[in-house]
Amino acid sequence: MGQIKYQLPPDEVLAPGHFACPGCGATLTMRYALKALGRKTVVVIPACCWSVIDGPVPYSAAGVPVFHTAFETAASTASGVKAGLDAQGDHETTVLAFAGDGGTFDIGLQALSGAAERNEDFIYICYDNEAYMNTGIQRSSATPFGAWTTTTPAVSPKAEKKKNIIEILAAHRIPYLATASVAYPDDMIAKIRKAKDIRGFKFIHVFSPCPPGWKFEPEDSIKISRMAIESKVFPLIEIIDGIDYALSKEPDGIPVRDYIKMQGRFRHLNDEQIGIIQANVTEDWERLRAKFAPTRKVSRSRRDESTGENKSSQTRNVTRTKNARKRAQKSRG
Amino acid sequence: MMEKNVANTKRDGLLHPSIDKVVVIEGTHAASHAVKLARVQVIAAYPITPQTSVVEKLSEIVSDGDLDAKFIKVESEHSAMACCIGSSISGARAFTATSSQGLALMHELLHWAAGSRLPIVMVNVNRAMAPPWSIYVDHNDSLSQRDTGWLQFYAESNQEVTDTVLQAYKIAETVSLPVMINLDAFVLSHTSEPVALPKQEIVDEFLPARKASFKIDTSDPKAFGALIGPEAYMEMRYKLYRAMEDARSVIREVDRDFAEKFGRSYGGLVEEYMTEDAETVLITSATAVSTARIAVDELRSMGFPVGLMKLRVFRPFPVDEVRELAKHVRKIGVMDRNVSFGATGIIYQETKAVLYNAADRPSVFGFIAGLGGRDITPETIKEIFSYLMNHDEPESESVWVSLKTSDADQGARPFPETGAGIRRSEGVK
Repeated sequence: MGQIKYQLPPDEVLAPGHFACPGCGATLTMRYALKALGRKTVVVIPACCWSVIDGPVPYSAAGVPVFHTAFETAASTASGVKAGLDAQGDHETTVLAFAGDGGTFDIGLQALSGAAERNEDFIYICYDNEAYMNTGIQRSSATPFGAWTTTTPAVSPKAEKKKNIIEILAAHRIPYLATASVAYPDDMIAKIRKAKDIRGFKFIHVFSPCPPGWKFEPEDSIKISRMAIESKVFPLIEIIDGIDYALSKEPDGIPVRDYIKMQGRFRHLNDEQIGIIQANVTEDWERLRAKFAPTRKVSRSRRDESTGENKSSQTRNVTRTKNARKRAQKSRG
Repeated sequence: MMEKNVANTKRDGLLHPSIDKVVVIEGTHAASHAVKLARVQVIAAYPITPQTSVVEKLSEIVSDGDLDAKFIKVESEHSAMACCIGSSISGARAFTATSSQGLALMHELLHWAAGSRLPIVMVNVNRAMAPPWSIYVDHNDSLSQRDTGWLQFYAESNQEVTDTVLQAYKIAETVSLPVMINLDAFVLSHTSEPVALPKQEIVDEFLPARKASFKIDTSDPKAFGALIGPEAYMEMRYKLYRAMEDARSVIREVDRDFAEKFGRSYGGLVEEYMTEDAETVLITSATAVSTARIAVDELRSMGFPVGLMKLRVFRPFPVDEVRELAKHVRKIGVMDRNVSFGATGIIYQETKAVLYNAADRPSVFGFIAGLGGRDITPETIKEIFSYLMNHDEPESESVWVSLKTSDADQGARPFPETGAGIRRSEGVK
């Protein structure tokens, strides 16, 4: 594969000394998000791991202003912050809502839907660690089928599939929607930067591994993130205006079993149950695949980034982004 | 004599040079026009009867370009308050309005707004809590929010609604606490009265643009509301407590300042009516005060030494004013348009509480009336006075007035036409 060279913005906005666990995906996500957005950013954080990670009074690791808000209010509080800044003539500062899966998929879904429908002009990043990790690993609607949590014990693991938050948001026809992974910082940063330049509601769903919650060693966070993509468990995609789907990374298509076997939260699963998960992942992938325009060529992998094919894909993305911006402005009147 | 003063103040108020125009508007619109005059920058609201006309009018005002504000039409009252919190921490002046169930849904964020020390102003049109569904007035909705750290005002007239919204921003931005202005559903919210709207430039002098003492600022990054341990939480709560204590003098000052500029005053936290030589005084709030004024006039004309204290502000509670009143009256009756189940009317509890450690403690009687929009008429108030004057001590902690259930005779009787059979005097204290 050769050595990967990341070209990340050098400014480290997020300071060391935060309260994250080793190997925390949510913390890498914040680091990359702030690299992408810069210091003229305000972060709204509802109840989630990041309520703790940023540090207790009087400390704050974020390096930008942080407003801690109630569990279900990331999207509504961020709407207010943006409106308040706008009303005072500040159209430059980026407003970022930064929430976990519980605050996004569950208790904050109503406020999220409201802000998406109103096409509020801010970025919402959901770092999805697939359970209520801050309160001690309870199941959320983002917890995948078969997973152990403290409220879905191994003898009766989660019986329901993960909620498809992407399709919910795509149905809101928001100008920009993407998934991202801590295994691909350059892709994540590019997507967050793209989001920054689009007016209207932007949602980025980040796969955020949690060593204590998923039961794996912290040094495997990136490996597991990569396997989630390669196994098609977590496809890297972009959706413009809720309609125009693009794949950011063609998965190698490794067995889901390989991904599952890395994590203690799936240890209790038998072959039959793993088979169900594989079937679900395959089915979901086919459904997603069908949404990509058949003639569209997509960036096949990071290794192809220097090819002309990828360049044309980038050009197309820029055009689409411009259109999206135009549509967003139009919808705002 | 005091009556004449009040009438003169009101009449002078309507002719005052600060007036731009006098309009006949309903209570909800009295709030909307004040929001415009206060140059509010962000409005976030969700519809609920009977609040809706506050924000309907505001959306017209904003759409017509008469107010340069962002109006966020949110998907719930919870989000309305969250938007107000977000915009207020960014430094903007924020407003919302609600009623009853909507206020209850906001409860968590009422704590958040006060704990964040944000000067948000909210109009609550008092409506009874369901079930059973009711859209009519009582005060259980706002009084259930007693301990959230919001100042609470209760308006008697549409003019007072307009004036209190203007005062509220000044008070809120001085003490860094949010203010709730309550007005009675329909009795005030949908009743038209003449309202003097002041000139914008005089309002601007009285209420300049907000200068936030703290806000989110990318050039000075700070975290707000982060985790705090037992070593400092209590001190932050003490500061909030102190701010609410300090609000008493700020309310009085702002009311005096308002009177100078606009010619109208509401007495600060309370307004007294015929209390100077009164032996028996009724304490009540909101529109029932106007009704009680009529009843007091009637009883005075029959020679009964009765008076009235209007509780304009419930939080902070007017401790000094109530204690001062207690020094020279024999009996205090409190008429509550609310009930705390397992206890009594809420204002009655609070009145007794502030008098317990006072040197002068008259007998205090609790009356519950007007729940769920049950009409409070001059007869209702006179019934209460008849009970007060014919009892030395209350027979029970809560006398429910004009109750229709047969097993609940609480002993309040219609006031006899001539006053025959009513004790005429308790003797001067």
